[in-house]
Amino acid sequence: MPKYKISLAAAALLLAAGLAWAAGEAMSVQVREGQLRAQPSFLAALVATLPYGERVQVAGEQGPWKKVTSSQGASGWMHVSSLTPKAVVLQGGRGAAVGSASGEEMALAGKGFNKDVEADFAAHNRGANFAAVNKMEQSYRFAQPQILAFAQEGGLAPSAGGGR
Amino acid sequence: MTAKRRKTAKPGCATLALAALSLCLLAASLSGSAGAFGLGDAGKLFEAGKSVVKVGKAVGKATEEFTPEQEYYIGRAVAASILGSQRPFNDEAANRYLNLLGQTLADASDRPQTFGGYHFLVLDSPDINAFGCPGGLIMVTRGLLRCCQNEDQVAAVLAHEIGHVSLQHGLAAIQQSRILDVAGVLAKEGASHAGGNVAALSGAFSGSVGDITKTLMVNGYSRGQEGEADAAAAVILERVGYDAKALTQVLATMAQRYQPGGLDFAKTHPNPQDRIAALTAKLPSAAPAPAPPARQARYQQALGRI
Repeated sequence: MPKYKISLAAAALLLAAGLAWAAGEAMSVQVREGQLRAQPSFLAALVATLPYGERVQVAGEQGPWKKVTSSQGASGWMHVSSLTPKAVVLQGGRGAAVGSASGEEMALAGKGFNKDVEADFAAHNRGANFAAVNKMEQSYRFAQPQILAFAQEGGLAPSAGGGR
Repeated sequence: MTAKRRKTAKPGCATLALAALSLCLLAASLSGSAGAFGLGDAGKLFEAGKSVVKVGKAVGKATEEFTPEQEYYIGRAVAASILGSQRPFNDEAANRYLNLLGQTLADASDRPQTFGGYHFLVLDSPDINAFGCPGGLIMVTRGLLRCCQNEDQVAAVLAHEIGHVSLQHGLAAIQQSRILDVAGVLAKEGASHAGGNVAALSGAFSGSVGDITKTLMVNGYSRGQEGEADAAAAVILERVGYDAKALTQVLATMAQRYQPGGLDFAKTHPNPQDRIAALTAKLPSAAPAPAPPARQARYQQALGRI
């Protein structure tokens, strides 16, 4: 019996390890411009920008960063805030194929509060200033090297590894 | 394979195996390391179990029910509502600087990526106030920027608002009934992409936007939420390399100008003295590297005459 106990514990350990291995799961980009970075750091270089709904394979993690590979084969690190375990299904069939998402929770892009609901709101709230919001969103875009240069010029010393 | 073994094993042994497995899980989760089986994964397992039970009945909090995409549209409408009464300050240098600084800080937050990203705007108002709308549209008045004396203090103000966005305090202001309404409409539509639900959702949308706008402009967040945003700001400042004490310095300036019953931040925020007291204990003891002249020079150039 004691021997049996040990082998059971070992089996349980193996099972736990198997579950951990299965953590190499697929995730989807849940923001408009998912940033794929060279290192798990908020100051690391940008490798690629992945679109809303893109499926990525997760191969590891470090803090809030996931090591992923995109469908195009690009590898790097993405912050968890840009990813969801759900399969995001875009209108027109882009994003995850519905068939591949069996057993997974799905998120339908454009469902619920969307641009049509916003247009209806704008029509009923003439005082709401969406023109100013659009301008605010579109006025400034900074590439990663500009952020890095800003930090360096200001003598800022981001904590090593950073980007917790 | 497991099933086969269970068949031959005594019932007690299966229980034992389960107990051993849960012990493994517990040990793995308690270790809290960056190992393959961190706390997060164990949490996810339990979450998954929970959601199975939940199917078809309970509706969660706004932060769980709304995707980042929906949060984005809520935030846009909240910002548009505020900009209906508050005028943007159209100063290129000031707004460019605020966005560059703000983006650097947001990248270092616990939520660097939102659906539409973080964007910052100076408001042409002498009031002392700032608004962090869901999804990352952040507005700061000239009056509040005048309370700041250097880049570290402006960073502190922005980091506090990024904290509110990151912690989704805006969504938490939405009344539960509206979330139920939306969940009901979406459940009825099922997995179809077909629209036609605008009429059904418009009430919940304008209600949600109203709940948040009222919280930002009239009622304010709770004392606890302000404390959380202050703590998040201190973490961001330290990560980027700013002096986290800059936050208490701005609060001290605000305290001097604090008029109980006033119409600006005094209406929507706890007394700054209380926030300073709560925050001081949480600040890092080590001072960051001293600011080089270039940091103060660019601050002066962009906001010196704000």
